Amino acid sequence: MNPIETLDSPGYDIPPEMRGQVNITTIDRIYNWSRKNSLWPMMFGLACCAIEMICTAASRYDFSRFGMEVMRPSPRQADVMIVSGTVTKKMVPQIVRLYNQMPEPKYVVAMGACASGGGPFKEGYNVVSGIDKFLPVDVYIPGCPPTPQALLHGLMTLQKKVEKESIKTSRWYSRRPVPPIPVPVLGPDLMSPAKFEEIREYTRKLAEEQAQGVEGDQSTQDAGQGGAA
Amino acid sequence: MTDHESTLTTRHGDLLPDWVVADSRPGYEGVIVPVSRLIEFAFLLRDKLGYDLLSSVTGVDYLPDGKMEVVYHALQTIGGAPFVFKVQVPREDPIVPSVVPVWPGADFQEREAWDLLGIRFEGHPDLRRILMWEGFEGHPLRKDWKEPYYEEDAKPYKSRWPEGHVRRAEDVAPLHDNVQYPPGFDPESWTPDGDEALYRGLRKYLEDSGSELKTDRLIVNLGPQHPSTHGVFRMVVVLDGETIVDLKPVFGYLHRNHEKIGERCTWIQNMPFTDRLDYISSMSNNFGYALAVEKLMGIKPPERAEYIRVMMAELTRIVSHLVAVGFLLNDLGAFFTPVLYALEERELILDIFEAVSGSRMMCNYFRFGGVARDLPEGVLERVRDLVENRLPRKIDEIDRYLTKNEIVRTRCEGVGVLTAERAIALSATGPVLRASGVPYDLRRADPYSIYDRFEFDVAVRYHGDIYDRYLIRLDEIRQSIRILKQVLRDIPEGPVISGKPQWQVRVPTGESYGRVEGPKGELGFYVVSNGKPNPWRYHVRAPSFINLHTLAEMARGGKVADVVVILGSIDIVLGEVDR
Amino acid sequence: MNGMGVLKGLAVTFRHFIDTYLEDFKAGKKRYFTEEGIRQRASIEAKGIFSIQYPEEKLPVPEEFRYIPFLVYDEGENGERALRCTSCGICAKVCPPQCIWIVRTNDPVTGKPVPAPAEFYIDVDICMNCGYCAEYCPFDAIKMDHNYEIASYDRFKEHIFDLNKLSKPASYYAKIRPANFARETAEREAKAAKKAAP
Ligand code: SF4
Ligand code: SF4
Ligand code: SF4
Repeated sequence: MNPIETLDSPGYDIPPEMRGQVNITTIDRIYNWSRKNSLWPMMFGLACCAIEMICTAASRYDFSRFGMEVMRPSPRQADVMIVSGTVTKKMVPQIVRLYNQMPEPKYVVAMGACASGGGPFKEGYNVVSGIDKFLPVDVYIPGCPPTPQALLHGLMTLQKKVEKESIKTSRWYSRRPVPPIPVPVLGPDLMSPAKFEEIREYTRKLAEEQAQGVEGDQSTQDAGQGGAA
Repeated sequence: MTDHESTLTTRHGDLLPDWVVADSRPGYEGVIVPVSRLIEFAFLLRDKLGYDLLSSVTGVDYLPDGKMEVVYHALQTIGGAPFVFKVQVPREDPIVPSVVPVWPGADFQEREAWDLLGIRFEGHPDLRRILMWEGFEGHPLRKDWKEPYYEEDAKPYKSRWPEGHVRRAEDVAPLHDNVQYPPGFDPESWTPDGDEALYRGLRKYLEDSGSELKTDRLIVNLGPQHPSTHGVFRMVVVLDGETIVDLKPVFGYLHRNHEKIGERCTWIQNMPFTDRLDYISSMSNNFGYALAVEKLMGIKPPERAEYIRVMMAELTRIVSHLVAVGFLLNDLGAFFTPVLYALEERELILDIFEAVSGSRMMCNYFRFGGVARDLPEGVLERVRDLVENRLPRKIDEIDRYLTKNEIVRTRCEGVGVLTAERAIALSATGPVLRASGVPYDLRRADPYSIYDRFEFDVAVRYHGDIYDRYLIRLDEIRQSIRILKQVLRDIPEGPVISGKPQWQVRVPTGESYGRVEGPKGELGFYVVSNGKPNPWRYHVRAPSFINLHTLAEMARGGKVADVVVILGSIDIVLGEVDR
Repeated sequence: MNGMGVLKGLAVTFRHFIDTYLEDFKAGKKRYFTEEGIRQRASIEAKGIFSIQYPEEKLPVPEEFRYIPFLVYDEGENGERALRCTSCGICAKVCPPQCIWIVRTNDPVTGKPVPAPAEFYIDVDICMNCGYCAEYCPFDAIKMDHNYEIASYDRFKEHIFDLNKLSKPASYYAKIRPANFARETAEREAKAAKKAAP
């Protein structure tokens, strides 16, 4: 099918003699159609998956066929953040900041097991269990690493999602501004500001338990001494 | 007397002082040096015995003995086996004198041992955390330190079978996340360090600008998100106008706790994790780890497997150098065309890896005592075709395309110079060392596997600038092709693994250090076994991490635009730098 | 002469540029969107345009290619499924990131274990596609899939694969890995024959 014809809104019959010259469509459709064919990813790699992302951009798979050739190193000019690799605690504040700096509409693709849910290194002490703990993820691509073709499939899945959006319901066209995501802080461990209350509750309980434990030890000791006396 | 002891004495006669004792634990090698005389011994080793390059420094936590051990591997750049020496300190308050005054290349590795094991190195010029951030609670590689998702000391975990209660780790963790905090900790009262410790070391430059003309010096951060840092690497530079006064690399943005995980995993489970170290050259990572463990187990792969291993390792070297050259040109501003040409060849080699091992990048192909499976039909022909016809032609094409280019030459010649003495002192290995005029290549200096059978030249260049580091990679690709041709000529038929494939291997007690000449330099695996199914210590001597010592040295006095190229010419892979 | 190097370099890029047209011209229509074309462009002789135009064209994956594992079942005559897995647990034990969970079936009467899994889960957000499970399974019951087109919108619902999602017929396995399948079948038959013989 002629790519332009995909634009035609269903339900409107265009007379045969006008076909190919006139298209009837909705704003949503034309808008999404143009957006989905010019998604610019951010040039931003984290780990092994980034190499597969580069291969996807390179000669053999060449994602400029999807209007994505302009990989921008600056978040200000990017539409899609392909989180390609392991998200570490040390890196996540920067990732959140980059995301906040991207103009809307913006999308996040979690490429590979690591970005989706922690991956093989999930149990590590410096690894975040999936970028969706911090950012809203639109498409998850399993695999370690996803091959370039798998990444392309994921990006096409994203395009399908873009296609179905509507100006009326998209959050970036609502009147309320979308608040930026609070940037996590590096303390004794990673702390997301939204969870401070929870953390305090937890450490207070820990301290209590510990105090009790110590007291318990002492009381047994006391008892022992008492017995000896 | 063990074999090793006898070689020690024959190699060094009576030169070893009598206050060092041979390490007599079964399966261990080298000598134990008293802490108080470590520096004296280090000078002796370097100046009298000619161990001029300190290859690896790492710590081992012997929890049951209440001891911390620091293990050093030093080597002679004229070749030969490494010399192992150790110091032992009590676990509670481990303080060891720093060997940085003797071998400046110990710098990052001592910081790493401080960060991960809490060993304090007295006299270290800048002892900060290196992989984790300042303020992180605890020293994670200590055996009694537990991560938030801690389940059991060793894999396989019992919860997986026969009653596998499927769950995500975060569902059972107390905070529903991979985090833990000390008791009584209040997040509100926490003031983040904000790299204060890092900037403190650089502030001295801001005060005295030295020149009569009043100029302001600036601290500029490049990275961790920067198109030229090849991943999540960060450099903090002090600038005087365009000129670089000093530079500090910052690591850890991809620290994936390789070693902690490696000590929980069984021996064989670590193999696929090594793929993810230097993810551009997974086959040679496999090689190093397999060698280390095979040494402990005392097994040897059959002939055909040896040839296959060498073949894969050399193809990997070609891949890695192609990528290095391509991205170096990217950093120079030749945006993407050279990379695209290089990646085309890479794709063709990856096709071979994929056919052989099943994955383009994460090959996981080596097993203890051989390789996972024989070459599928048609692969050998494909390699032959590639090696005989395509690659030599394509390398010549890249040569024609770039080498004589005047812009490349002006930007690279005489820029980022590293002298041979400094390269050795800073523990550089691989192409970085060889481009500075030191013909040190493990395949010749301390041949492993079957490299002693092949005819090839150790590539060496003498200027130590970016241009030479570029040229030497092309030279090495040519030598690899030469080796590959011999492999293809000689490869025998036969089995590819000695013994039956096993999912559980028994590894006798002891320590071993397996090293290969990886594309980036000497890749070493230091493993300690206590006879259990999983390693007690698993340490990676990562070449691109240690080569980064040279970065500041080469960048100082240069222009800010050159830093990017200098970094490109070292050729780092962050998976290996941060591990 | 200054500038010669640059010019020579440019000649190389120009040659590449010309090649794209020459090759298209030589091969004609069959260069794109045909199997032969893909093979040609992925071969050692590849010249000119190198791109494989996914999704219209797909680069065929080699037999050993591995993505996510799946469980093999044999189909009976009436279409009933017989999982090969005996829930011996080796794959769960050898899996490096420990992302396999198996619940063994117990006989409701005797309480003794029965060689079949009651439940089998793989968390694909952890799986590192290493292939160990397939390599060390003694019953050829778990194999590595070739299907990589599994991107999804929601990992919480979809990314822990259960028995249902993991099971695939032996015929599928035979299709994606013919050589392995043939070899394993032959081995198993030989073993069975040996057992039956004495
Ligand atoms: S998913 Fe696998 S390949 Fe991707 S970053 Fe994680 S470990 Fe590396
Ligand atoms: S898949 Fe194979 S290894 Fe895993 S439990 Fe079943 S039979 Fe055992
Ligand atoms: S492929 Fe590897 S990581 Fe994935 S389930 Fe199998 S053994 Fe585990």
